[in-house]
Amino acid sequence: MWFRAAVAAGTWTARLSRRLGAGSGSIIGGRVTLALCPDALARLAAGRQVALVSGTNGKTTTSHLLAAALASMGTVAHNATGSNMLDGALAALAQDPDTRFAVIEVDELHLATVAEAVDPEVIVLLNLSRDQLDRGSEVRSVAAALSAALIRQPRTTVVANADDPMVVWAAAPAVRTVWVSAGATWAGDTTTCPRCGRSLASTTERWACECGLARPDAAWTAVDQAAGAASAVRTTGESVPVRLSLPGRFNLGNAVMAIAAAARMGVDPQDASDAMSRVDDVAGRYSLVTYGSHEVRLLLAKNPAGWTETLGVIDDAKALLIVVNAREADGRDTSWLWDVPFDELRSPTVVACGERAADLGVRLSYADIVHTTIADPVAAIAAMPPGKIDVVANYTAFADLRRRLPSAPAEAL
Amino acid sequence: MGGTADSTLVIGVLLPDALGTYSDSGNAVVLAQRARWRGIAARVLQITADVTPPTGCDIYVLGGGEDQAQVTATRWLQQHPALVGAMETSAVTLAVCAGFQILGRSMSDRSGHSYSGVGLIDVTTVPGPRRAVGQVITHCVIPGVGQLTGFENHRGISTVAASHVPLGRVVRGTGNGTPDAAGHLGDGVWTDRIVGTYLHGPVLARNPALADHLLTTATGRTLDPLDLPDQQALRRTYLQRSSR
Ligand SMILES: [Zn+2]
Repeated sequence: MWFRAAVAAGTWTARLSRRLGAGSGSIIGGRVTLALCPDALARLAAGRQVALVSGTNGKTTTSHLLAAALASMGTVAHNATGSNMLDGALAALAQDPDTRFAVIEVDELHLATVAEAVDPEVIVLLNLSRDQLDRGSEVRSVAAALSAALIRQPRTTVVANADDPMVVWAAAPAVRTVWVSAGATWAGDTTTCPRCGRSLASTTERWACECGLARPDAAWTAVDQAAGAASAVRTTGESVPVRLSLPGRFNLGNAVMAIAAAARMGVDPQDASDAMSRVDDVAGRYSLVTYGSHEVRLLLAKNPAGWTETLGVIDDAKALLIVVNAREADGRDTSWLWDVPFDELRSPTVVACGERAADLGVRLSYADIVHTTIADPVAAIAAMPPGKIDVVANYTAFADLRRRLPSAPAEAL
Repeated sequence: MGGTADSTLVIGVLLPDALGTYSDSGNAVVLAQRARWRGIAARVLQITADVTPPTGCDIYVLGGGEDQAQVTATRWLQQHPALVGAMETSAVTLAVCAGFQILGRSMSDRSGHSYSGVGLIDVTTVPGPRRAVGQVITHCVIPGVGQLTGFENHRGISTVAASHVPLGRVVRGTGNGTPDAAGHLGDGVWTDRIVGTYLHGPVLARNPALADHLLTTATGRTLDPLDLPDQQALRRTYLQRSSR
């Protein structure tokens, strides 16, 4: 009875928070419930098939894809807004209390806590690279903490990326694993072995260290054929075509991770893939909006690994706006900009924006990228000649832009 | 310049794989570009652990890394005395965070185990009670360089022997975490050939005067001023005491 009252209090608080205009309300609502009833998360998860999705990049997209796949079989609760701390997870479960499935995106620093609370059927572990070092979380310590948590979850299957050495080191001790070759393009944190510190002699195909840590054989492989055809190939020989509305090689990897997870939870892989093909907007990412005489595409990139993926998605024919903030949620340190290969940009016009526009502008100058600097991104868009613009923003910059730009989808210009 | 027959300035990034965690390799980009923009040809070499390191670079840069990578990097440098000799006698070196600690006499890891460093500078480092994370401002002791801004993220408490001076006097932040002879908190170290600091950013991107000091030391040339767009705005952001 107390538990129900606690959930009700949280839901009521969330509604109030929304009405007061203080955001979606899920975080504050979750906090109220947790304070009133600490085991609320475990009780809300009980009796459902739960999947947790974690990793440095791609967890919001992958959780959306997995939720779509599971929805072909039954009802799904999902923290779709990307509130991925403990309280966000709780709010999602409280909002839809009677679903068959739950897909919870979890920040990698909170995965151990959430996993212990909900005893999930599946944990999807995408990649582990540097993100917000100033939170005091060196990548290796995060991986070590995950590892310890996974050992304590013998009933959980870990669907893990075999191409990321840090993920393999973290997931290897788990009792049940499904390895997926999802790809890894940014090697900045993992050119040394996470276990012993030696240099990793690696090609992207296979990697192995003298200490014995090596790429495991994958049960699923993301295969990107020419001309946009892609598929998830199983070691059993089964090949599932993947036709995504989302761009980029990175999202193909995310999709194959989601197919492997959905298959483990009882969904036919082809049904999973079909359901995922209809996902075209992930919490505003990749969405097109019209602003004045501009068609604006919103892309999120918040660290070097994310940027490396995004460089392949940016349309070289469009003007490019880059927006960088350095608030708490972004990480206060802007050094990471120096690990992004901005010299590869080919956009005809580049504008540096955001609260750290000057840091970005200096970085672009050293990369020989001609640019203008306008701190306010909306003013920058308004000042551009009419046409199509790609906007790449980091975390809080992206959220601000979504709030400030109209949410109506773009019409053809 | 340096060990090359032509007049190209050669900048060696030592162990970018192990000491690349905090994006300090950007310091090499800043040095090379600021040289090129003054008409000095420049080349950046990424020197990884699997090669015999060249000893003819004009400038070596070392960056920050995680605890374990730091142990590996120290061992590697100790196995290459010719490189250490070049850093001692012919080259100019910028060493940041873990790289700064490595060049000292000794340091200890999180469990308190002490091990010896390369010994190029008379600095000893022990772990502090908590991580120092945040923006730092110092007054640089090098004439003409002015204030330094950077971001620190470390647990080291470094003691600089009386034979050396810290690179900067801390106005905000922690730096070495130890006072100098006059009782001021210092950051890093400054010798005729070595600049050590806890500041990331990368430090040379935020502090072009320090970059030009290293270039002048390495080339013997006086350099014309450079006016880079956004640079002044960047410095204003971080040198205002209210900035976060
Ligand atoms: Zn190893």
